[in-house]
Amino acid sequence: MEFLYYFGDVFTPVSFGLLLLGTIGGLILGATPGLSPTMAVALLIPFTFHLQPVQGLILLGAAYTSTVAGGAVSAILLKIPGAPANIATTLDGHTMAKQGHGAKALQLSFLASAIGGVIGVLLLIFLTPVLAQWALAFGPSHLFWLAILGVTVIGSLDTASVVKGLLSGCIGLWLATIGFDDIMGAQRFIFHPALGGGINIIAALIGLFAIPQVLTMFAKGRRNEGAEVIEVQKHSVLDAMREVLSRPRALSIGTITGSIIGLIPGVGGQIAGLVAYDQTKKFSPEREKFGKGHSEGVIAAEAANNAMVGPSLVPLLTLSIPGSPTAAVLLGGLLIHGIFPGTDLFDNHPDVAWTFINSMLIGQVLMCIFGLYVAGLAARVAQVPQSVMAAVVLGLAVFGSYSVQSSMGDVYVMASLGVMMYFLERFGFSAAPLVLGLILGPIAEANFIQGSMIANATDGLGAYFLGGTLNILLIAAVIASIVYSAWMELRSRRYTSKEEIMG
Amino acid sequence: MKKLVAGVALALTALTGGAAIAEAYPERPIMMMVSYGAGGATDFQARIVTMTAGNEDALGMPIAIINKPGAGGRVGWNWFATQADADGYTLGAYNVPHFIAQSIKGGVQYSTDSFEPIANWGADPAVFVVAADSEMNSMDDVVKFAKENPGKLTFSGAGLFVGHHIAALQLEKAAGVKMAYIPTKGGGAAAMKAVIAGEVMGGVNNLSDAFRAQEAGNVKILGVFDLERNAFLPDVPTLKEQGYDIDNASVNFRGIMVPKGTPQEVIDKLAASVPEMFKNGRVSKKMDAGGSPMHIMTRDEVIEMWAAREATLKELLAGL
Repeated sequence: MEFLYYFGDVFTPVSFGLLLLGTIGGLILGATPGLSPTMAVALLIPFTFHLQPVQGLILLGAAYTSTVAGGAVSAILLKIPGAPANIATTLDGHTMAKQGHGAKALQLSFLASAIGGVIGVLLLIFLTPVLAQWALAFGPSHLFWLAILGVTVIGSLDTASVVKGLLSGCIGLWLATIGFDDIMGAQRFIFHPALGGGINIIAALIGLFAIPQVLTMFAKGRRNEGAEVIEVQKHSVLDAMREVLSRPRALSIGTITGSIIGLIPGVGGQIAGLVAYDQTKKFSPEREKFGKGHSEGVIAAEAANNAMVGPSLVPLLTLSIPGSPTAAVLLGGLLIHGIFPGTDLFDNHPDVAWTFINSMLIGQVLMCIFGLYVAGLAARVAQVPQSVMAAVVLGLAVFGSYSVQSSMGDVYVMASLGVMMYFLERFGFSAAPLVLGLILGPIAEANFIQGSMIANATDGLGAYFLGGTLNILLIAAVIASIVYSAWMELRSRRYTSKEEIMG
Repeated sequence: MKKLVAGVALALTALTGGAAIAEAYPERPIMMMVSYGAGGATDFQARIVTMTAGNEDALGMPIAIINKPGAGGRVGWNWFATQADADGYTLGAYNVPHFIAQSIKGGVQYSTDSFEPIANWGADPAVFVVAADSEMNSMDDVVKFAKENPGKLTFSGAGLFVGHHIAALQLEKAAGVKMAYIPTKGGGAAAMKAVIAGEVMGGVNNLSDAFRAQEAGNVKILGVFDLERNAFLPDVPTLKEQGYDIDNASVNFRGIMVPKGTPQEVIDKLAASVPEMFKNGRVSKKMDAGGSPMHIMTRDEVIEMWAAREATLKELLAGL
């Protein structure tokens, strides 16, 4: 309960001003394609040089919180996920926006973000010692099985056909091998200098999601000029609240998955949203509505990616190990003021630690209020004529992929992946499984290599990868997931064939 | 044709504008490429040491950091060697022994001849760490275990052909033992996590990160891979003191360089003003607070250090 004691510090005029600044700035930065939370926080670090440690961290904490939620804006309205965390949000969110329910989708996403986020930060406050042990429990063999578990999800994610889902997952896995391999430094498939560092995930996200859409808009833009004006429906905030609360299943699965997976160093943040989305879909009786603008999809994905914010800082704050790229940047922000995370932080600078954590708690609420305020306005983006919209999205896509590391190489990667995805989509393939393959490939590979090196030096491959409770649990989950997908596929096949007979 | 035009242009500037360039330089803000991601140790330190560049007594123009991360720094240095403008407005941060070891191993487009050093700002030695509850209390315990169980002592480090790997090779050579070096993906932080979580029995890591982890009570530091003890850890003996013939070849030197072909006048001007810029009191205060050891070297000293390092590494990596 120590944190209550420091709540006052958040509300001093300067601190609260910075909190507001961080929140609003974070929402804008997060909504800008290509600016991931990590980059937004890194951009703000120089400003904290001139602030007190507490004030600097308030600014960074607020910005981290709201950039994660802000990413949903471009994911829903433009179908450009700002960061891997927002991929799952595009699946139902953008469909809703296209149907004129953009305001509703945004309101749902901000409310779900705030609820998930507050619970995540509360976990950080109350369960830090327990969570720290959990974060350390995952060694290379467990991370390998976790990545494989993610791969089994690929087939059922956002696609009508399991086979096509798996195929696009494989394309993603192949794309992930491009570049210098991270452990041995071997060169693979580098046929252009732009590919030396591998395929940048942000550039790939922008290309795979935004470009096919731009091409589709260009393709039909002139034929029926102005024929498609979308009615943007107003949606009251109260209704949105009622909607969120009437979906406790999506909300709780999202929050739980987000906070558990978000904790695992190096893996969590990127896949929490997608895994939560997939789990919610599997447990929902309205399974077939997912991907067609279903509110549960948005709620689960956004609750998960903000629930991850608090727990993802546990390894940093307790063990001084940054568990995610954003945490690494925050570590820099702490070090610059001579504060070492770990026991030192909570023992000698409790004011800094708790004010920082409290500011994330308040930040979640502020973010939600501002988000709801602009949701109705922002949703009008859907009314922009398609030809104009296509040009704007294309411009943002180029800007976003260039700004990741100021490199034209990423723009080429973005454009070529985008064009490839346009044709793949026409054959019923979908971008989400491909991206999941791209994210999981390196995780599975690096952890397998590292694990096998450890195993060869110690007790052998079999014992290392197949022994131990956590390994066995994960393997069981992998098998269950495969069996479930296969059974669903068989059942739906029988169903269609019966219908065909009837028809 | 393009090359010809560029050559003519270069010759013209060399003939006419050389001295004028140096007098006016720098006329606009300068960019500095860091080949590691935002928030990493190199990026963090690069931002601190360049923060006073805009002062009148330094360069008089600010330096902006641009990150080009990927493949252990190879992406950034490849870019710097082949595509960066050699006009003095594009600086780069170097990490020795990383880029030298990578150029010896091959598969990259740079070597020490591709760059001109300006000045060195920091030196972060590697240290050997074990988990706080480990039974090993000195390097002798580590070597004893490795002798009794050849190839079975697992220890982590941040990848191959970086300072940590060099330190590991030196240790194996000096102690005459075979150990299992486990390179991790995700830099020093991931390697440190492997030690704390007990995935490996020990690890090589950066002194600054290990110092923090020891303060937090998570690890024990058994030895420093440097010629002298470090001010941050006065109680930890060097490997040499413990009887292993290991020099400072694995120490991670960080500094500023420019691409080959930058006008000599510009190089001279930078070489004179940049070390002074590093000496700024505000810089050393921030570096100290972050636990980052400073080590300022002039251009001539760095040229010598690069050459010495290249010779040692060629010998050490010959068998790989």
